[in-house]
Amino acid sequence: MIGSVAMTATDPHRATVRAIEAVWRMESAVLIAGLARIVRDVGLAEELAQDALVIALEQWPQSGVPDNPGPWLMATAKHRAIDHLRRRTRYERKLELIGRDLEIQQDSGGPDLDAAIDDHIGDDLLRLMFIACHPVLSTEARAALTLRLLGGLTTDEIARAFLVAEPTIAQRIVRAKRTLARKQIPFDLPAPAELADRLSSVLEVIYLIFNEGFSATAGDDWMRPTLCEEALRLGRILAGLMPEEPEVHGLVALMELQASRTRGRTGPSGEPILLLDQDRRRWDRLLIRRGLEALERAEALGGVVGPYTLQAAIAACHARALSPEDTDWERIAALYRVLTHIWPSPVVELNRAVAVGMASGPAQGLEVVDALTSEPALESYPQLPAVRGDLLAKLGRLDEAQHEFERAAALTRNERERSLFLNRAAAYRRESTTR
Amino acid sequence: MRYIVLLKSAQPTSPPPPELMDAIAKLGGEATNAGALLDTAGLAPSASGARVQVSGGRLSVTDGPFAEAKEMISYALYQVRSKEEATEWTVRFMKLHRDLWEGWEGEAEVLRVFGPEDFGPPPA
Repeated sequence: MIGSVAMTATDPHRATVRAIEAVWRMESAVLIAGLARIVRDVGLAEELAQDALVIALEQWPQSGVPDNPGPWLMATAKHRAIDHLRRRTRYERKLELIGRDLEIQQDSGGPDLDAAIDDHIGDDLLRLMFIACHPVLSTEARAALTLRLLGGLTTDEIARAFLVAEPTIAQRIVRAKRTLARKQIPFDLPAPAELADRLSSVLEVIYLIFNEGFSATAGDDWMRPTLCEEALRLGRILAGLMPEEPEVHGLVALMELQASRTRGRTGPSGEPILLLDQDRRRWDRLLIRRGLEALERAEALGGVVGPYTLQAAIAACHARALSPEDTDWERIAALYRVLTHIWPSPVVELNRAVAVGMASGPAQGLEVVDALTSEPALESYPQLPAVRGDLLAKLGRLDEAQHEFERAAALTRNERERSLFLNRAAAYRRESTTR
Repeated sequence: MRYIVLLKSAQPTSPPPPELMDAIAKLGGEATNAGALLDTAGLAPSASGARVQVSGGRLSVTDGPFAEAKEMISYALYQVRSKEEATEWTVRFMKLHRDLWEGWEGEAEVLRVFGPEDFGPPPA
């Protein structure tokens, strides 16, 4: 028996180290967030939290994992924080500030400080999310910093996920932390006036992380599902912290519903399968249920419907349809119309064209697409000719359809998508010659 | 990855103490807010269930209760990043029982649920 929890495994030391790593991943965001409020510096907070991890890795294999590992790590890190603040004169002023903030005695780190930290866990995490996604940082930096500080991912894991060399990610994170320090970004919640903008930055980062994992581009296969799961986890955490914000639930709904299709999206040899061709029995019913529940929460909160909630509502139409024929295309087309109003984008309009084509017929869909052909933003977007080709084929204009799919194949950078497009082009060529 | 945790225990003679129920609710809230707990529910005694068995080519249906000393009393489904994380949530859950319900004994099995990563090539 080691400590309070006996570890029975072939290699008890290794088992304990893995248990410590798991605890670290579960607690690191809360640790960093709590420390950041004390030291007012995210980079320093992360270092102090890491120090606590190192101490745990030294002590726990002998002493056993303590009964309350989270509070243990926090207490250890807090003592390091206080030592650190005392030791370094340039932090003296900050120490006074904290002393005032937390109303602690000179010599304590005692119960008042503990209580102050416990009371603030939710707010601290939220502050940490907002600061990691601060608009002064580039989008890439926000994503990397969020995965690092809130996901507890290592730089190596983040690098593999984003297909970037590890030193690049390490530097990106260091620079981001420096920028936050240099610009003296306060570790505070956004003021009410800027909350909407700041929140949309957080949502954008989470969705970017999700899409990085979800999009079918080449990559380190092993890390990609991790990104989806991580984004979902961050979204669920945020929903717990800001339950009154409909778009947070909208984003969670969107991600749960999209993730529910993961198993249906690729065939046996890894080839992508289009939504309408997917075997819906492979969709994850639990994630669908959770997605629909999150969507209900978003809609019940009312207010102006945001882009994530709308996209989730569209995804829900697919999720609710037991077969492609059951799809409520009218509703999808209508939802896309609303979406183009609040979020004008040629890509959204192209999606609307697909829905209109299904709801009202290919000719009507083609009308929407044709209005987009001169759109500069879609000039090299392979889905434009692919959608157009599909509608043309449905209208029996096979030569044109073949031409469009060849164009789509030339534009895509995804090998598997290219062969999908070329197969369709070839099929229409055969069909039109046998007529 | 997902893990299902199945909790087994002898049918208790007394109802669980309210402090335990409060602590379980609190821990469940934490696990949910951490994005880890996807689903959980308690299971009624096997007296209200049935068992369907195939043995020696014969199919039989038996109404509960079953003879086992321990009944399956709840399940929890977690989405976590490692087995150790699922185990840690379970350790926390079991500690509450140990500390708040004198004399309680039981066991929880932490089992990985097969996911997309276990079938065919991973998504490209």
